[in-house]
Amino acid sequence: MAIVKQKMLALNGDEAVAYAAKQSDVDVVAAYPITPQTIIVERFSEYVANGEVDTEFVCVESEHSALTACLTAATTGARAFTATASAGLALMHEILYVTSGCRAPVVMAVVNRALSAPINIHCDHSDTMVERDCGWIQIYAENSQETYDSIIQAFKIGENPELLLPVMVGLDGFTLSHTLENVQTLPDDAVKKFVGTRQFPLVTTHEGKTVPFKLDPKTPSTIGPLDLYDYYFEHKRQQEEAMGIAPKVIRQVHEKYAKISGRSYGDGLIEPYYLEDAETAIVCLGSTSGTVKTIVNELRSKGMKVGLLRLRTFRPLPVKEITKALENVKAVAVMDRSLSFGGHGGAVFHEIRHILYDTSTHPYVVNYIYGLGGRDTHPNLIHKIYGDLQRILETQRIKEKVQFIGLRE
Amino acid sequence: MTTQEKGWKEIPMAGVCWKPSTQYLTGDWKTYKPIRDLEKCTRCVLCVLLCPDGAIHWKPEKEDIEFDYDFCKGCGICANECPVDAIEMKLAEET
Repeated sequence: MAIVKQKMLALNGDEAVAYAAKQSDVDVVAAYPITPQTIIVERFSEYVANGEVDTEFVCVESEHSALTACLTAATTGARAFTATASAGLALMHEILYVTSGCRAPVVMAVVNRALSAPINIHCDHSDTMVERDCGWIQIYAENSQETYDSIIQAFKIGENPELLLPVMVGLDGFTLSHTLENVQTLPDDAVKKFVGTRQFPLVTTHEGKTVPFKLDPKTPSTIGPLDLYDYYFEHKRQQEEAMGIAPKVIRQVHEKYAKISGRSYGDGLIEPYYLEDAETAIVCLGSTSGTVKTIVNELRSKGMKVGLLRLRTFRPLPVKEITKALENVKAVAVMDRSLSFGGHGGAVFHEIRHILYDTSTHPYVVNYIYGLGGRDTHPNLIHKIYGDLQRILETQRIKEKVQFIGLRE
Repeated sequence: MTTQEKGWKEIPMAGVCWKPSTQYLTGDWKTYKPIRDLEKCTRCVLCVLLCPDGAIHWKPEKEDIEFDYDFCKGCGICANECPVDAIEMKLAEET
């Protein structure tokens, strides 16, 4: 497959999301506007009003209803998309579990924003990190281009008949959502062909019939009504099995997409940056990785062996890939843009440290909580982190395991 | 549970029902069981109409009603509503 000719558009992250959803031939969009996601809903409703799509746009009264509408549409075999942020995602909490439990491959863009109180509309990852256990695939984009690419890939990943898992794509509020970037876009037909139509595995119904897995009056079936202590556990185990297959599917879809777009992000799961011979490394996700890459370039030009591991996929956690990428690094700083109060560090830190326990090299692992509520993460902070890691190697001692960075004392 | 349960690899995903609800015998949930006094019962069929589980049937061939204990959960609505007090709720294990 050859790389197709593309069109460069000036899009912010939200517009890139809406454009990708438009091209992905979505049947149903139900969404409720919330800053900084609003532009996605505005743009998409313009597409509907202009007749540019034949999507059913459902105006709902809340995010709880938005996701419920998408979930139910998806169970009938439709391709469903929604978008939210912060409190909106929190209001969806209950339905996030229902969606993954019903194996409804809804795709959702989450424009990462802090949770109240006090009210804050700016970026951090508190909203999605708290939902990491809800059975959704989580992908975090670094820039608007990747946001566009990831939304298209998300449909192909989630709808894989082996998975049937919902996918959320995180993009940093304002930093990505409201910042214009040059975004290379594929032609409509190339996206349509890439995403394809939904394929359904076969299931046995209450009538003993083998039918496609979707609600259809012609082939009656019931999805997800009730499990007690007899079968609930077994169904949860099935979801975990699908998550186990997901890394393979994410990699394959990413690879296939790279063939038509010419763009790739590591292996689709993680993106190592100058890690081969790195002695110290930062692990982070989202737009901050862009800043870290700049500092890595700077320090590398001075001969310092520094690197970055960007997590693109956080759920499922690519354990093998992370282990391999970090096993020769001597000191690791994990950056968390959310805080697990009383949990001794952030979510990403917990998981990276837990993975590295199984390595024979046992690198030093420290945590930096940063950027809460949109606090700017400027290059000096990244310099400080690499400096701290260097000092840990020199003194062979960790002074403080979990620190706040960019915070006034 | 009264049936042989299947493993997670054998059942359809997402809680798709692979057998009709009539095969799921909910009668074993009950603590109390409705017992009818055949002398007092006038066959008014009010209990048939009011049973929330459809577990009381009118049998035209017998011109009588019949409790289906496989599905009666023992809620006691029939006993409560019976206009002639012909139904008594007794501890299931003692009947």
